[in-house]
Amino acid sequence: MAEENRKVAFICSKGNLDMAYPALVMGWAALGNGIDVTIFFTFWGLDMINKARIDHLEIPPVANSSMKMNLMGIPGYIGIPQWMGALPGMTPFATALMNNKMKELGVPPVREYLQMLVDGGAKLYACKMSVDMMQLKKEDFVDGVIDIVTAGDFMDMTEGAQIIFI
Amino acid sequence: MATKTIAGKTVQVNDEGFILNANDWVKEMAPEIAKEEGIAELTEAHWKIINFCRQKAQSLGGKSPTLREITNGTGISTKELFTLFPKGPAKKVAKVAGLGKPEGCV
Repeated sequence: MAEENRKVAFICSKGNLDMAYPALVMGWAALGNGIDVTIFFTFWGLDMINKARIDHLEIPPVANSSMKMNLMGIPGYIGIPQWMGALPGMTPFATALMNNKMKELGVPPVREYLQMLVDGGAKLYACKMSVDMMQLKKEDFVDGVIDIVTAGDFMDMTEGAQIIFI
Repeated sequence: MATKTIAGKTVQVNDEGFILNANDWVKEMAPEIAKEEGIAELTEAHWKIINFCRQKAQSLGGKSPTLREITNGTGISTKELFTLFPKGPAKKVAKVAGLGKPEGCV
């Protein structure tokens, strides 16, 4: 048992609601199994740790060919026409549907889920280049984000880890 | 199938050392399994979690509840849960309580 602990690192680069969950679910599973977890947020992924954005992640139906009407309880795999997805209100509508589904499954909202990971020992970092590009500061991020680091720093701190890009 | 003697009782275990039949488990086994898992002593808080999981498992086919079910059900915080059962509470709680690994992702 003296061997070094298994480590996984996630790179979260997307800010859409559906793309926020993979790292949260897998990270939580990893922590539950005693695996060290590091998460690096870059580009749109910064929305997942941005205080102003974390509670407002959305899922747009446009250009999402997997999103079918059965989300709304219509059986089968009838698609949502792209033009319909572009109508005003469709993105909030799809977002509300997905949030409700998650709630039904007992999956916590992103802010609460992320806090669970932090409490379980996950280490969160923001990507310096993206932070600079979006003119953000450390104060813009939720508690639990340890630091703003460069890609090089990230590589150093994840030596020996399995890296998952999302 | 592998067997193991815990607290003087021989029980069937799987490859990972989990007790196969939740009914084989008795309270006296918990401290011994905990020690193997690196938990020196079971405190009142540990027992609160173990007892909750044992009770909950009756409706889960002998499987341990998920970590979120444990924190919601016992009022013990995530932080505390990870301190009480360090390095992998999902597996450790199940093992000490003589239950199967939790099914479910939260």
